[in-house]
Amino acid sequence: MLLALRFPLLAMADIWFALPLIVAISLVYAATRHEAMSAILPRAARVAGWITAFMAVAFALLAFISSRL
Amino acid sequence: MSQTPTAPKPATAQAGTHIDLKDPVLAAFLAWLWPGAGHLYQGRRAKGVLFMVCILGTFFYGLYIGEGRVVYAAWGGTHQRWPYLCQLGVGLPSLPAAIQTYRVKQGKQPLFSPRFMTPPEVVVPDKFRRSIQTWDLDTEQRRLHRYFEFGTVYTMIAGLLNILVVYDALAGPAFEHEEDDAKNGRTGTDPDDPAADRPEQHRQTTS
Repeated sequence: MLLALRFPLLAMADIWFALPLIVAISLVYAATRHEAMSAILPRAARVAGWITAFMAVAFALLAFISSRL
Repeated sequence: MSQTPTAPKPATAQAGTHIDLKDPVLAAFLAWLWPGAGHLYQGRRAKGVLFMVCILGTFFYGLYIGEGRVVYAAWGGTHQRWPYLCQLGVGLPSLPAAIQTYRVKQGKQPLFSPRFMTPPEVVVPDKFRRSIQTWDLDTEQRRLHRYFEFGTVYTMIAGLLNILVVYDALAGPAFEHEEDDAKNGRTGTDPDDPAADRPEQHRQTTS
């Protein structure tokens, strides 16, 4: 309980279900854009960053809207 | 081998590099049937293993958290299972659902467990159009709660990702030409590929 209060993301356990999906999607997407593994991995890291940023913006937007209701 | 100017070039040739796709149609079929198998057939081992691990891992994890209920084929009755169209993209691992539905409709016992990939309700296509209840969707959705949705999403995404993989097996990687031009001042190389300028065993620069 104390741990969850200190680290709110740990309490939102369901958010961790997104992590394997982000990894899989970014790796597969990057691998369909490049052939060499040395190019796939950096591209996958960038795609994962973009997905995470998009999710964070969507989360912030929804949190803002719900706070106004 | 000469090509006429109007003949459509494969994507790999447009990219200025050549990857041996062997028989692309067979490779695409294999890629659909078992994610990564098409690339292994083409000798693109690293990508084949990557696709296999990512897509099958996603699919089977979704199936696991949904306890085998989230992949099923239902049509013709009151309940249509549209996510199955996406799940079908993963190929062989999703096909038991079609077999289960077919067998139950024929009045036979399901091939696997009666709750594994069987539809919750099957309408038997006889003159009475009987409805057979194999398991209760409402009860299972209440019991599994959000994991039913998580499992559905995981398995759907696995199927959709495999469509990208099938295209990659059929036509090679979709290099982004405009970005290549801007970065390299030329066409046809993978901008982030450090090996793009030197020929490898599987990669030969086309003339």
